[in-house]
Amino acid sequence: MLLADARALCPDLVAVPADPAGDLAALEKLAVWAQRWGPWSALDPPDGVLVDVTGVAHLFGGEEALLADVAQAFARRGLATRAALAPTAGAAWALAHFGPPGAILHPFRAGEEHMLRHLGDLPVAALRLDDDVLTVLRRLGIKRLGELAGVSGADDPAREAAARDALRRRFRNHRSPAANPLLRLDQLLGKVPEPLLPVIARPMPMVQRRLMEPLRHRDLLDRVVEDLAHDMVRALEARGEGARRLELALWRVDGEALTRRIELAAATREASHITRLFAARLDDVEAGFGIEMVQLRASWSEPLALSQADLDAAAEDHGTALAACIDRLTVRLGPKAVTRPVARASHIPERAQTWQLPLAPVPSGQAAHTFNIRPLKLLERAEPIAVLYASPDGVPQRFRWRGEVREVTRVEGPERIAPEWWCERSTARLRDYYRIEDETGRRYWIFRQGLLGDGRGGVPDWFLHGLYA
Amino acid sequence: MFSKPSPANVLPRAIAAAVPEARWRPGLAEQPFHSEVFAPASEASGAGLALALARDALAQVGAQTPGEDARHVLWVQDRAAIRLGGRPCLAGLPPDWRRRLLHVAAATPEDALFALEEGLKCRDLACVIGEIAGNPRAFSFTASRRLSLTAERHGVRLWLVRLDATPDLSSARMRWQVRAAPSLHPRWNAAAPGTASWHAELFRARTHAPDEWMICDDSGTLRIRRDPDTDVAATPDIIRLARPTVGRSLAARAHA
Repeated sequence: MLLADARALCPDLVAVPADPAGDLAALEKLAVWAQRWGPWSALDPPDGVLVDVTGVAHLFGGEEALLADVAQAFARRGLATRAALAPTAGAAWALAHFGPPGAILHPFRAGEEHMLRHLGDLPVAALRLDDDVLTVLRRLGIKRLGELAGVSGADDPAREAAARDALRRRFRNHRSPAANPLLRLDQLLGKVPEPLLPVIARPMPMVQRRLMEPLRHRDLLDRVVEDLAHDMVRALEARGEGARRLELALWRVDGEALTRRIELAAATREASHITRLFAARLDDVEAGFGIEMVQLRASWSEPLALSQADLDAAAEDHGTALAACIDRLTVRLGPKAVTRPVARASHIPERAQTWQLPLAPVPSGQAAHTFNIRPLKLLERAEPIAVLYASPDGVPQRFRWRGEVREVTRVEGPERIAPEWWCERSTARLRDYYRIEDETGRRYWIFRQGLLGDGRGGVPDWFLHGLYA
Repeated sequence: MFSKPSPANVLPRAIAAAVPEARWRPGLAEQPFHSEVFAPASEASGAGLALALARDALAQVGAQTPGEDARHVLWVQDRAAIRLGGRPCLAGLPPDWRRRLLHVAAATPEDALFALEEGLKCRDLACVIGEIAGNPRAFSFTASRRLSLTAERHGVRLWLVRLDATPDLSSARMRWQVRAAPSLHPRWNAAAPGTASWHAELFRARTHAPDEWMICDDSGTLRIRRDPDTDVAATPDIIRLARPTVGRSLAARAHA
């Protein structure tokens, strides 16, 4: 049903945009959190988590108590769950999705016949199969797990073997477990191993200092930050990483937490650089009755191999690296102040270049045309000028810009740049660009917006857009 | 141009009179570390001359070291300079500089000075170009002295464009006053604006005698322009349509 149709039926409908990436991230966090019940967990997208609880249940007082604990813990977080416990991941999945709530298949009694007796009544969809395979099975008349296991339905072993052979041939070329019901059945019964990809939490590097006496002075805070930077460098070095984003949290005595965050242009592991960047951001910290805990986290880190430090000290104090220079500029001037221009595929001059982060990779693009001479400087916004011309669609003769009248002595043009109709309004007018030079040799790039009688407005306006060197 | 000669203006002239010094010309081996270019804000001649001087200096320095220079160039502008003269346009820059430009948009002259100084301290930059509008209070003699010392200590060159500024006290080693001049006539279309050329006056320099020139930026090389009426662009056109490329036909190569 379309959203419009559904809204027509129920006007109070609340629509929430889908966020698959966010859902997956939340599921990953949930899987890590679910490791409270077992040492090892795996994702089962879109809405499941598998936890290995082998030999764990007695810690919770038995399997029933474990499942009750699971249900309670999720209910406390406002999540509805269906949990089941079984000797194999496939069986647990089948019971959780299609079995009774809180189903437990005890491992010590789990022979193949015992498992089939318990699971035989479940539908074949409990085998985690693709939709088209389910359709095939439905057409073959196989609806339940028991029917798949004893496919002929008769007691004659010869007929049973023949029917099983036919089924095996039917799915011979289906290598993926989700497309092969026999493979799935073997996995469910534990005859074939089923590898799962575990979720492993990677805690972000974090160092902190709890202070005996609350800090009220800046120089002491600077020293603590320096110590933390050294600790952080050691923590990062152990992981072979460098920090891209660092967050400094300061807890005051009255419980308030202040955070300062810096982003770095390249992965770094240099304590003096980190200290210096934070020193510029700590000027406005209000210590109040004192700061009792300081914590430094690297919430974004990238691999950074160990490298040989400079052997001679002279190279150290001779200037800074480019990334360090950009970090210092960014911390003082703001994240948008330091940029680099990159070309974009557009003919409209102001859209033909964008500004991106200085050390981000430059996207590859087609080479620019070399037969158009572009100005050295482009005004941020084209400034309107008053133009005197011989004819409305002809070359300008005299113009007034910033209160000064200039005589045009040399002109080249027009270079016509049509509006980008696929992303602009239909009333956008074309531009005729002229390169002009006035009587003292000043060179400009001006354009006339539109033509007289193009049906998109009245007399066209003139603008000055760029300055030639 | 200036109503009364400032001491900074008179002193080098006196020294120049006492000790005969080399006259400035493009392509000198010794290039200053800190230069200032005074230009009107209603034209891009200041930035154009600064760019041409920087390319000239980097070409002389780069001739001694092998390999292509891929270091970045830092271009610092304060907000007033951006408002008056706009930002650098990628397509208008020299082709080998398009991938090397880093731009800093500083809100205030103080921030611009900070950015200039940090840029001069960076060993990975080829040079720093700055644009500051007017005579802000923060840009005192002390500030310019700091820039000079930093540039000389770290060996990164600075060309500072001063838009609509009066030449006050400064410690820049070379100070230029520039304005646009009628351009050279292109060979194919005499009615069109041609190669950039400027009327430049070197009014204070430590090692050169002050003088005035007509300078033009002829297909990327800086040169002094001779008689304006007879001088035409050395290259056939600014746009070289036939390039000496490998793998093309013999005719095209012979033509190029």
